Amino acid sequence: MNPSAIVLMVLSLLLVWGGLGVSIAMLMARPERSEWPDGWTDDEADG
Amino acid sequence: MSTQISPETRPREEWTGQVGFILSAIGSAVGLGNIWRFPGVAYENGGGAFLVPYLIALITAGIPILYLDYAIGHRFRGSAPLALRRISRWFETLGWYQVAICFAIAVYYTAVIAWALSFFWYSFGLRWGDDTTTFFLVDYLQVADVGGADPWFTLDFVPAVLIPLVLVWVMTIVVLSAGVARGVQRVNILFMPLLLVAFGVLVVRSLTLPGATDGLNALFTPNWEALRSADVWIAAYGQIFFSLSIAFGIMITYASYRRRRGNLTSPGLVVAFANSGFELFAGIGVFAALGFLAGQQGVAFGELEGITGPILSFVTFPALVSQMPAGPLFGALFFGSLVMAGFTSLVSILQVVSAAFQEKLSISRRKAALAIGGLASVVSVLGFSTTTGLIALDTLDNWANNVGIVSAAVVMCVLVIWVARRGQELRFHLNSVSTVQVGGWWTFCVGVLAPVVLGWMLVSRIRTLLVEGYEGYATWYLGVVGWGAIAAFVVFAVLLTLAPWRAPVDAYEPWPRYDKLHAPRRGEKGGAA
Repeated sequence: MNPSAIVLMVLSLLLVWGGLGVSIAMLMARPERSEWPDGWTDDEADG
Repeated sequence: MSTQISPETRPREEWTGQVGFILSAIGSAVGLGNIWRFPGVAYENGGGAFLVPYLIALITAGIPILYLDYAIGHRFRGSAPLALRRISRWFETLGWYQVAICFAIAVYYTAVIAWALSFFWYSFGLRWGDDTTTFFLVDYLQVADVGGADPWFTLDFVPAVLIPLVLVWVMTIVVLSAGVARGVQRVNILFMPLLLVAFGVLVVRSLTLPGATDGLNALFTPNWEALRSADVWIAAYGQIFFSLSIAFGIMITYASYRRRRGNLTSPGLVVAFANSGFELFAGIGVFAALGFLAGQQGVAFGELEGITGPILSFVTFPALVSQMPAGPLFGALFFGSLVMAGFTSLVSILQVVSAAFQEKLSISRRKAALAIGGLASVVSVLGFSTTTGLIALDTLDNWANNVGIVSAAVVMCVLVIWVARRGQELRFHLNSVSTVQVGGWWTFCVGVLAPVVLGWMLVSRIRTLLVEGYEGYATWYLGVVGWGAIAAFVVFAVLLTLAPWRAPVDAYEPWPRYDKLHAPRRGEKGGAA
């Protein structure tokens, strides 16, 4: 492979798969909020 | 005696958790286009340099519109027609327009999955032989000559297409009947990891083939000059837009099954990057394999034909598989991957239709699945399992995507952000339930940037279709199948909006309460603070 193709391939993988990795890490670190606005509990039947 | 339960009193179906929601959304986004469209589009639009507009499009249009869909579905708890109606009564028409698009796409998309299922079977004996073009078009599809005087529509059924097509429809109806958690989610939890493993094996094998680097050179060598062309940027926005399953009801419907206190933005980022990650992964595998094929045929990579779309999958790839060591295994992996990627997307497309009719007519999911699946399967069989199925599929696909979905996206952005002025409320909703906060940039992207770029795409595509036609097909045929389909979507949408709801749906209070809703309008006195 030529050098510019290698650089672009590595860069693409880093940005796209890196973005996926960071997104998953963020989600695992804080999967849900701990506080929500008033007016709803998860026990309520949802329509 | 049957008891009718209204949508107001029946508990809404839900994903069982975050993983189920994310995998199902990824399953919807990752479809046939990721495998056969992305690599060819990147190659033809600057190679490695395409990454720049592609990532910009992902961040400025893909993720923002995905969030818009999520916010609408999650806040207004309904399929596309119901959720949009709850924003403003006449927006229901846009919802039904999206439902009509989904129905149309489902009837031909199923046929492509049926082809993949047939080719999965053929892989084991490499049944396509040496001339894969003749095998696909003549032996398998038995395409009728549509050169003008010959028939544009026949009822000459092709059993090799008909049988797998019926099978796919039966599987789809079973999954939809089982519901969101036990049907749609289960299929995605099973198929998504399997797809990743199957395609992973294929990519690793492709990378070890002689000539693989020629293919990767072709895909990634940047042509920076291409970035000066507006067409390249339009291609990048188009790729992101069509790939993410946004703006035609799917993500609105899926988000409506997310529990009220469910995180939206972080899962959205995972879905968007997973979709692009798979697309890139597929591009590497496909182009490495094509590099091998070019070497085997003794031609330069640029001389290869059929490197995108159905021809890539059903003509070029079989030729490639025939020349690979252990070809039957890799053929089965490739076509098995197409079936899984296509089926999870198909289920999401039909869930839009099923959910809409369940709510409008107050019918059970089983009844909706049987009625809609039954009707769609008849249309699908009549239109796409015959000797004229290919041309009908090609035409309907072009109009449903390039005119139908793009127009739905532009109209949705304009109606929600500019006419109903709900941008701030929807941003407030996303931020109230999510861990990653969305800034004012989001409103700009969905209110200005996305509709302008997509609007430009739409206008230029319509102009091209009107001036140049499509693929040399007869004008009257394009009028009936292409423009006629768009007209039918509009008529269907208006009629369904006029039809009454079987149960009251308008007494609905969104949560969390957005105070600005109750603020006094300009010129009014009083009102809630």
